[in-house]
Amino acid sequence: MKQLPYIIGVLLIAVPFVAPQYPLHLIIMILIWSLVYTAWSLMGRFGLVSLGHGAFMSIGAYVTALLWNYGGISPWIGIPAAMITAAIMAFLVAYPCFQFKIVGHYFALVTLALSEVVKLVIIACRDTTGGSLGFTPERHGEGTSIAAIQFADKETFYFVVLIAWGIGLLIWRAVDRSMLRFALDSISEDEDASAAAGVHVTASKLKITMLSAVLTALGGALYCQYQMFIGPEVIGGIGISLQIVFAVVVGGLYTMMGPTIGAIITLLMTEVFRNLITSLRTEGIDLAGLDTTVYGLMLILFIIFLPKGVLGEAIDRLAGGKKRDVG
Amino acid sequence: MDEIFDIFLLEALVNGILFGGVLALLSLGLNLIFGVVDVVWICYAELVMFGMYTMYWLAGVYDVHILLAAVAAIGLVSIMGFLVHLLIISPILGSPPINQLLATGGLLFFLQSVATLMFSIEFRNLGLRLPILEFNEMYFSYARLLAFGVALIGMAAVYFFLTRTYIGAAIRAISQDREVMVLMGVDAKKVYWVTALVGGGLGGLAACLLVLQYDVHPFVGISFGPITFIICVLGGLGNMIGGFVAAFILSIIISVGGLYSEMEWGYVLAFVFFIVMMFIRPQGLLGKK
Repeated sequence: MKQLPYIIGVLLIAVPFVAPQYPLHLIIMILIWSLVYTAWSLMGRFGLVSLGHGAFMSIGAYVTALLWNYGGISPWIGIPAAMITAAIMAFLVAYPCFQFKIVGHYFALVTLALSEVVKLVIIACRDTTGGSLGFTPERHGEGTSIAAIQFADKETFYFVVLIAWGIGLLIWRAVDRSMLRFALDSISEDEDASAAAGVHVTASKLKITMLSAVLTALGGALYCQYQMFIGPEVIGGIGISLQIVFAVVVGGLYTMMGPTIGAIITLLMTEVFRNLITSLRTEGIDLAGLDTTVYGLMLILFIIFLPKGVLGEAIDRLAGGKKRDVG
Repeated sequence: MDEIFDIFLLEALVNGILFGGVLALLSLGLNLIFGVVDVVWICYAELVMFGMYTMYWLAGVYDVHILLAAVAAIGLVSIMGFLVHLLIISPILGSPPINQLLATGGLLFFLQSVATLMFSIEFRNLGLRLPILEFNEMYFSYARLLAFGVALIGMAAVYFFLTRTYIGAAIRAISQDREVMVLMGVDAKKVYWVTALVGGGLGGLAACLLVLQYDVHPFVGISFGPITFIICVLGGLGNMIGGFVAAFILSIIISVGGLYSEMEWGYVLAFVFFIVMMFIRPQGLLGKK
């Protein structure tokens, strides 16, 4: 079992050399979304349920793309700028929230309002952002450009998102092993008691929230660079915010690989259903909406019966039914 | 020039107030459920969407009398609300509230896509043209006026139900103290059921009024769902009078804010106002702390 991470590492590097284009595309999408889901779970595991991560993802994508199209600024500068913008946004909303002890579903609803605000601002500024119709970053020209982070082939992009995903996991692990984790665990148990024990409640929560927002923005920017198309509902709004939460819940909230497993399950499922619907349509049966019907049903069942997610439950079973301390 | 401007502003104000009636009715049902069961139904607007479809099919396609269709819509949403509570909320009543919120979020996706499967994504219109009222060069839609009136009557009915009936008193008592009232012999289960039925019914009533003004499609819930939650939180979750006041404040902001530029800016202003208010009065406009 000890060699397992290395084996997986080698397999991951081998992927672009063996996988055909379509599976490779799927894997890239899974990695991008896994990064976003991992970013969400950074704060979600401590009971900070944000329904505003669609906003951070939109900021990541739109700031990068707008700077590129209108200012000619390379994404190498644009992406950090987008991440800083997301951090500032997270601070502006989260600081008062934590200061005034807005927790639980109040926090979820305030962040939901944030994701609506960002979506509506994008739609309202339709002259600049393209509104609901979406926005396409300008092509650098033919072929690959490192300065523009636009690659003609999927293989290069695969390595870019693989590294970003790896960084996301490393950050998750670093947080898991830090003092911050213990501080946040105790805060999620009892805020007042941990404050009395000398934990800086607001500062700890702010750190994790801003970190989570920054990584989400990175995910949004990578999505934009890869898909070369973004829209206010495609990467933002309440739909995406909920999708982020659900994928994590399905995979497992309290384990490092949980969000990634969640991304694999949900994206593969969506893809299988999409192909099924398309093939049925050629036979004259219209079943548009079947995918999300099953998806929604699955989520309800998961939350009722498997609240720890697939991976969390599997680990529990393997541990011989022992109760794991999941914080 | 100045005078015309004022008339537009006045028209926007009045339309804002009329729009607030329906929003107040919507948030009333959600608030009732929240106050009693302590759960936010993220899928509330999707239940309303099914009510709108009922109205569309019965009154619009099969020519059932509109009042009969309205009764059917109210009944359907009411039963759906009851089922949501029975099948989804009650098995996880003991788990963290955020899980209940997420489970109803899953239901949101489910209902949206069931509607897509059943009715396709077409925009459907009841096709009932109500006249536009003209008053002093200002124009008001009759549908809004009617919606406003019915919303007020509905809210008054709920008020009397809560204050004048035995079960209403039990509902209010449970929302004040969930633990003690059970010890006092109140059957919490029964109170939850009645609440889910009444909360759903109010959503059904709102659906009947909304379908007079807006097209119905599977994603219609997303367009007024978030604003409904925000009204509830702004008024203090579970605080019905607070929700009532908040509905009118927000609808006026939306209406007047949308007057100066695109409609979305009205909504942006409303959401920003909400976020700012959350920091000034986190317990809600009329909440006590």
